[in-house]
Amino acid sequence: MLDVQQVSVHYGAFQALHEVSLQVPAGKVVSLVGANGAGKTTLINTISGLLKPSGGAIFFEGQDLTRLSGHQVAGLGLAQIPEGRKIFPEMTVYENLLMGGYSAQARKLRSQTLEEVYTLFPRLRDRHKQLARTLSGGEQQMLVIGRALMMRPKLMMFDEPSLGLAPLMVKAVFEVVVQLKARGMTILLVEQNVRQSLRVADYAYVLESGQIVLEGESRAVLENEHTRRAFLGL
Amino acid sequence: MKLRWNVVAPLALLVVLAGLPLFATEYMLHIGVLVLLAAYLATGWNILGGYAGQHSLGHSLFLGIGAYTSTYLFAQIGLTPWIGMWVGALFAAIVGWFVGYLCFRYGLRGPYFALVTIALAEAMVYLVTNLNALGGAEGLDVRWVGHNPALMQFEGKTAYYYIILIMTALLLFGVQRYSRRRFGYQMIAVRENEDAAEALGVDTLAVRIRALVISAVVTALGGVFFAQYYTYINPRNVFGEGPSVQMLLFAIVGGLGTVWGPAIGAILLVPIAEFARSSLGNTFSGAHLLLYGVVLVLVMLFMPNGIVGLVQTLERRRRGGRA
Repeated sequence: MLDVQQVSVHYGAFQALHEVSLQVPAGKVVSLVGANGAGKTTLINTISGLLKPSGGAIFFEGQDLTRLSGHQVAGLGLAQIPEGRKIFPEMTVYENLLMGGYSAQARKLRSQTLEEVYTLFPRLRDRHKQLARTLSGGEQQMLVIGRALMMRPKLMMFDEPSLGLAPLMVKAVFEVVVQLKARGMTILLVEQNVRQSLRVADYAYVLESGQIVLEGESRAVLENEHTRRAFLGL
Repeated sequence: MKLRWNVVAPLALLVVLAGLPLFATEYMLHIGVLVLLAAYLATGWNILGGYAGQHSLGHSLFLGIGAYTSTYLFAQIGLTPWIGMWVGALFAAIVGWFVGYLCFRYGLRGPYFALVTIALAEAMVYLVTNLNALGGAEGLDVRWVGHNPALMQFEGKTAYYYIILIMTALLLFGVQRYSRRRFGYQMIAVRENEDAAEALGVDTLAVRIRALVISAVVTALGGVFFAQYYTYINPRNVFGEGPSVQMLLFAIVGGLGTVWGPAIGAILLVPIAEFARSSLGNTFSGAHLLLYGVVLVLVMLFMPNGIVGLVQTLERRRRGGRA
């Protein structure tokens, strides 16, 4: 469904990604793991059109994304759940969710999707009239995920969803990923939390200094010597 | 049907304001016109500055474009300002689009955008001052042709009062209506988190340019009214920093990004400033400007969300939600 082909990205003279290739097949959860500064967010931002690659190409359902801007990529059904819980703080929870559902296709199904989101995250229903900035960190993360779901995306890209959350909330976030997968959602999961994310993923890529150094079935990656030493401290 | 205060209160206010000329003196009407014009311009500024979060410090650029276009066309070819105002609005829209595209396309944000707007407005002051065709530093008169509604010239202040009342009411109605619709939400989303808005499929560049163009058109129409009411314009009083600062001042004091904030700011501050100007004008000229400065500092310090923001916060607390 998503096909990243030998993408390179430069920040000025600095090369952040070196010919990175990655595939996300429909209905699968693919995990991209790597340490801080490996280029994970750069890759996500390049896929979603916020950064332009200096080489390579990105295809989504056969369509070239390389020249599209962020909102056009989003319009194709590719939802990014940005790092750091980027809510709209001065809007209510309900208004935040509405923002996700303004595209033509999403609009028709808006009330139905809203109901689904509230069912998935009952806390959001309880707090729908509150300003988003008054939510706890975990609730804000749920809101961002819910807002992305309102777009009725075909593929969701999670950028560090567990970052800065309490352990219980981290668990809840991964639980949500599992639930979405069970409903057939295609997911690209970018995480530093290697153990947890490899547990929910089907396939995994390991990114180091802007290069894919390892890929394979999640289980194989999890048991790989290199991964164990580099990320799990074993 | 349940009566809603946010529908009833504005309508009641409108009725009261519409009845004002029945018993008001000319001077009171004059203050009324000043308040309404200030409310109108601040509300127009607020579309871009409050909702879309792009703070223009040079909105007089558009005020001046409107004022000069209609006045020049009337002086040269006798075109009625009723039509001239739309020509001015069109020019403002074109300039607004151009400025917006240049700034936003190349990523000028926040203070940088503000600086560009100051520079452009200030450049216009000097450009027009040196253009003899536009009257140079002496400015342009709107030639008095006697009471002539077709040419937007009226005996007394009542007609002007009603014109600006209608303009303000329509504008507030529009803002009230569209701020809680798709475009309003898109502007707020762009203000609050541009990347997130883009990731949700909002064309953030287009939204910002559109907000600027709408705001520019509104401001230019206000500029035409300004020219007709004062019957005289010069580069400094329409393109200068005075009108720019007032627009944002009333919006900030009343509450950025709220429907009623800018109008409330104008209603509170303009009469006080006028009083200061008329009573202290001889002994302490410029007192009203000092007053504006003090009020702005106090508001920024103690209620950064303005009067309406403060009321909303208190309202939320009263309802028991976390504020």
